[in-house]
Amino acid sequence: MNKERTRVLIVDDEEIVRESLSGWLEKDGYTVETAEDGPTAVDKVNRATWSVMLIDMKMPGMDGLQVLDRVKQIQPNVTAVIMTAFATVDTAVSAMKLGAYDYLVKPFDPEELSMMMEKIVAQQALVRENVILRRALKREFRFRDLVSKSTAMQQVFNLARTAARSQSTILVLGESGTGKELMARAIHSESPRAGGPFVAVSCAALTESLLESELFGHERGSFTGAFQRHKGKFEAAQHGTLFLDEIGDIGPKLQADLLRVLEEKKIQRVGGTETLDVDVRIIAATNRDLAKAVADGSFREDLYYRLNVIPVVLPPLRERREDIPLLVDHLLEQLSVETERRIEGVSHEAMALLMNHAWPGNVRELRNVLERAVVVAAGSVIQATDLGLHKPDAAAPEESIATLESVERRHIAHVLEQTGGNVTQAARILDIDRVTLYNKIKKYHLRETETA
Amino acid sequence: MAAIYLWWIGADAADRDLLEQVRQQVGRTFEAPAVLWDDPSRPTGTYDTRRGQHSSTQILRWLAAHQPPGAMKTLAITDVDLFIPVLTFVYGEAQLGGRAAVVSMARLGDGTARVSPAMVSARLVKEAVHELGHTFGLTHCGSERCVMTRSVNMAGVDRKAAVLCADCRTVYRDRLLEGYDQ
Ligand SMILES: [Zn+2]
Ligand SMILES: [Zn+2]
Repeated sequence: MNKERTRVLIVDDEEIVRESLSGWLEKDGYTVETAEDGPTAVDKVNRATWSVMLIDMKMPGMDGLQVLDRVKQIQPNVTAVIMTAFATVDTAVSAMKLGAYDYLVKPFDPEELSMMMEKIVAQQALVRENVILRRALKREFRFRDLVSKSTAMQQVFNLARTAARSQSTILVLGESGTGKELMARAIHSESPRAGGPFVAVSCAALTESLLESELFGHERGSFTGAFQRHKGKFEAAQHGTLFLDEIGDIGPKLQADLLRVLEEKKIQRVGGTETLDVDVRIIAATNRDLAKAVADGSFREDLYYRLNVIPVVLPPLRERREDIPLLVDHLLEQLSVETERRIEGVSHEAMALLMNHAWPGNVRELRNVLERAVVVAAGSVIQATDLGLHKPDAAAPEESIATLESVERRHIAHVLEQTGGNVTQAARILDIDRVTLYNKIKKYHLRETETA
Repeated sequence: MAAIYLWWIGADAADRDLLEQVRQQVGRTFEAPAVLWDDPSRPTGTYDTRRGQHSSTQILRWLAAHQPPGAMKTLAITDVDLFIPVLTFVYGEAQLGGRAAVVSMARLGDGTARVSPAMVSARLVKEAVHELGHTFGLTHCGSERCVMTRSVNMAGVDRKAAVLCADCRTVYRDRLLEGYDQ
């Protein structure tokens, strides 16, 4: 319990109120002190830290509003509750504009007081937890932009730190959204090549011939449309690191070319005859099972062994759920800066939902969910309903890995449901334009969820 | 060992059977002699005409000043409705770690359509033990079955037992060693 740590200051000019109210709260285990007037209260606030203050509105000399104003200047984080007679409720409401947390109309129900105190303690515990997490985050639980406190991931971090200092080729393995590119960047930053360039290429995005010229460059006139001599990514990454994402998707020709570069450390531009020395460290990544691709003949065995000198395997998020609170905190900090919104954390109910989700899209999916929640959240704490996640149900089988399309379809359908089929609103939440959304609605046959 | 005194300060005549049930449970729970104290004196100046209730805090003040000789703790039992100035009502009040406590029967009979006398006495026994627990320095307990859990409604009172849970019992024994029974 946090009650002993909750220090309460009661400010009231009536002795019997101070006596009975402090008695009531002490029996609940709180640490309580009292002040009989505004100046005494301000003095106590100057000399010690308080978690909660119960301030009477009507007092001779300095009234509750004036006390609140002074107190908020000294301790902005104190949770202040105004006690008021029914006749002065309007003033109590203006006290809330001054930063009071709530007000109680005298006489109040015992239940009302106790529930309010419990709510305050729970919220303060949440904030304190966040502060502790944030501090921890800055120290041991991160490897550049990757954060984790799970044992499995800590081992991965240690391996990656060691690997970074070597010159070896590294193969990063893991499902989509697990942070393979962040890992590659982190390794680069921790390596002796940190001063050189980091160049990332997605091998799945281009046709084989385009990818070839993208990687190795080409000479003028080497193919139709090659009007200019073009330097490739290998040259761009000189003395740095070249990150080849989705390496499992490259065809046989490129596999052979790549093998040659790894062996000879020389490249030839497409259509060129000159060989260039390259000093580039390769980090490759894939979400495919390369060993299986080797077994069925779609990936060269010799290239596989060349790439797989040091394998770094990123576990999926569902296998390290203990990292979710840490990641939520880390991502919310980033998102707060990006969106200029002050988000303190997520409610316990929301956290429970996040912890129980299957996360087929891993950390990237978590980031997307939070990004949307930050947009829709009404207050500074994200509530369960802001997440747009369904309670765990049969539609989200725990272990089967959903395709990106099925996740996208489900997510769009859900957002449309939330907006009552309002495409403009849904597009804003999804952060895509309306035309794109209409196309996706058509593609996924979601038209029936659109209301006329 | 000094005794726990139970003192009827109600407006109506005392119900001896009811007080006897409280006395027995108090004695069992605190493993201390409990006695009924007969005295016609009543606290004065505790009635608030505007609210039509009695101030439990003022009753405690009066009680502390009128301790029967030889009393370790004194529990006043009444049939009038109690309040503390900022709250609408209370079932009882006690000085935390002090000598005086008070409980009221006024609200123990309402709530449901038919409340038997046995029900009322069961509730009174619980609230009496609860308030006396406070005078021994016990604070509210997180276990809803424990007599020291805070009850703000009848359902809460009915849910709890008339005895201390294992944790509270341990704390109680520690408090005795610290001299809370002096
Ligand atoms: Zn109590
Ligand atoms: Zn207990």
